Amino acid sequence: MANSVSEVSTMATADPREVYLQGLVQTVKAAVPEDLALSNLRSRTELLLKEQTFPSPRQEDWRFTDLSALLAIAFTSPGATSGATTVAEADIADLRLPETTGAQLVVVNGRFSAELSQVEGLPPGAIAGSLRTLATQLDPDQLTDRLAQASGGHDVFTALNTVGFGDAVVVWLPRNSVVEPPLQIIYVSQPETHPLIVQPRCLVVAESGSALTLIEDFWGEASDTHFTNAVTELWLDANAQVTHSRIQREGSGTFQIAKTVVTQARDSQYLGTAIDFGAKLARHNWEVYQTGEQTTTQLYGLGAIAATQHSDTHSLVALSHPHGVVEQAHKAIVDGKAHSVFNGRMAVAQKAQHTSASQLNRNLLLSDQARVDTKPQLEIVADNVKCAHGATVSQLQSDEIFYLQSRGISVSQAQRLLIYAFAMEILDRIPLVTLRSRLAQTIAQWA
Amino acid sequence: MINQNSDIILSVSDLHATVDGTEILKGLNLEVKAGEIHAIMGLNGSGKSTFSKVLAGHPDYTVTAGEIVFKGQNILELEPHERATSGIFLAFQYPLEIPGVSNRDFLRVAFNAHCKARGEDEIDVFDFDDLIEAKLDVVKMDAAFLDRSVNEGFSGGEKKRNEILQMALLEPILAILDETDSGLDIDALRTVAGGVNQLSTTDNAVVLITHYQRLLDYIVPDYVHVMADGRIITTGDKALAQELESRGYEWVLEDHRAGVTA
Repeated sequence: MANSVSEVSTMATADPREVYLQGLVQTVKAAVPEDLALSNLRSRTELLLKEQTFPSPRQEDWRFTDLSALLAIAFTSPGATSGATTVAEADIADLRLPETTGAQLVVVNGRFSAELSQVEGLPPGAIAGSLRTLATQLDPDQLTDRLAQASGGHDVFTALNTVGFGDAVVVWLPRNSVVEPPLQIIYVSQPETHPLIVQPRCLVVAESGSALTLIEDFWGEASDTHFTNAVTELWLDANAQVTHSRIQREGSGTFQIAKTVVTQARDSQYLGTAIDFGAKLARHNWEVYQTGEQTTTQLYGLGAIAATQHSDTHSLVALSHPHGVVEQAHKAIVDGKAHSVFNGRMAVAQKAQHTSASQLNRNLLLSDQARVDTKPQLEIVADNVKCAHGATVSQLQSDEIFYLQSRGISVSQAQRLLIYAFAMEILDRIPLVTLRSRLAQTIAQWA
Repeated sequence: MINQNSDIILSVSDLHATVDGTEILKGLNLEVKAGEIHAIMGLNGSGKSTFSKVLAGHPDYTVTAGEIVFKGQNILELEPHERATSGIFLAFQYPLEIPGVSNRDFLRVAFNAHCKARGEDEIDVFDFDDLIEAKLDVVKMDAAFLDRSVNEGFSGGEKKRNEILQMALLEPILAILDETDSGLDIDALRTVAGGVNQLSTTDNAVVLITHYQRLLDYIVPDYVHVMADGRIITTGDKALAQELESRGYEWVLEDHRAGVTA
């Protein structure tokens, strides 16, 4: 009797966020298929999650991004046994880029779709496809060394993904292989009657001297409630080069929490562009860890949000070796009652001498009710480094508009021109002409 | 060039204008005919630059009385871009820098806005490139400037030349040059003045707003007006500018005060 009373009182004091997180853990485990048990990795990670709680705005990392709305939603997983959600080719035909023909992988609600994917002409030894079907072609030890092994894997949503991803896209380039054309991964969010949590996962290993251009396109058009918790791990071995464009245009009812983690060995070059146009609430953790000297890291971000959208980018570049070069520019266009958050952390350790780093954050507010929170966070221990940073929040300048008007350009056209110019400084970094012009069109119509 | 039979392009009468509740223009009168070049001189704070901005329709200024008639139409109700497409051009004292917008795109969009206002088809990219290359000669500008962001990183002289390039492209009926000569070295001044002279015809008119008589050695005005306290207080010809240069403004102001009190 006494025993049961004490149990009740324990439950009454349990933190609802902890309870909710443990519920999510059980939910996402239902998505794991038998052929992808990965039981060591997953059970270890689940243990880590036991000590964590669902983030609250009282945590510094989540101060400006309140996930409390999720607590009221009972998400379900696309079950491991139920039939895979399908999507019609016609629905995604517009997303396929002419430059990536023959190198397109399609993932629907976290599940790889062989029917919609096509990969041809990879160099010898290179693979790109579903982890479930390719696992036999991979050296299990090598896979164990990479999958979910990047720094920051214990973050609550990253760990949640690790515990429950139902499939993963794997791109593995052997030494010195160069993949042409660019590879495009389309992640489709297809909400169902019950709110779904889906967990796309991607592992990219570029062995030494290899080169790849990768486009990740997160897309959805439904307004139904949906939760995408995505993780992409990129490994750049010595002297590897990866150009990565990440496009987020989820549907208006979608919460997207995502991690992109890049591990850079010596002499490697990573050029990343992250574009955020969609989702109801989006949080992108973009982390770069240097494991050797003379790495080059370029991070370019653009958010364009309106209405009540919320977009949060937390970036981290952790340098621990000399001669690293980092260039970061993050821009946001914020309209309506939207809220944009940028936290750009650069950690330059004692050993990272001769680092050259720059970070610029520019925000354009288009309405009085739009909100921006921006925080550069430079943690520099090394003494012989160059680090520059700056952040601005501004509205369209009335003087600039008048100047354009005085040349015969109407106010609305002047505003469009200025917004377009603001965005193009980032979009110009995207190497694919078609993708760049499509995104530019979105901006041109947006204002 | 004065020709009494020319059409009146601009007629400003009893113009009063305020900024932030302070009256700057206090009954300004001016008539400009086709083919004429007018210079407006005066001390700082006399209202010269305000006048140029009011003509162009700057939203910070409120016209409280009087009218501005341009080609027979009262333009006070027109938006700045409508004034521009009807033929008014203001060369800015401090041209704005617009990062991210290439000079070429800016010029093409502006040119097309004028085409559209005239009911003409927009010009295509290739025809526009030919057109603008030809206009570069007017201000001896390097084509490389077309592909840089508008005025970004331009020197003072380059910015002013870029203003005259826009004038050459848009072919206004009335060009107002607000202290276009300020801060220019002599070579840049010659280039800019040469451009303005080249663009000046019997069908259009130029209003030069300046502190310095030096500009008027290169662009010879038909009329020289002196502004003080928000009004034109005296008008003469080129000789007046030379007299102002040698004697300063005080005697004009004193004559004016004497005239007012007399």
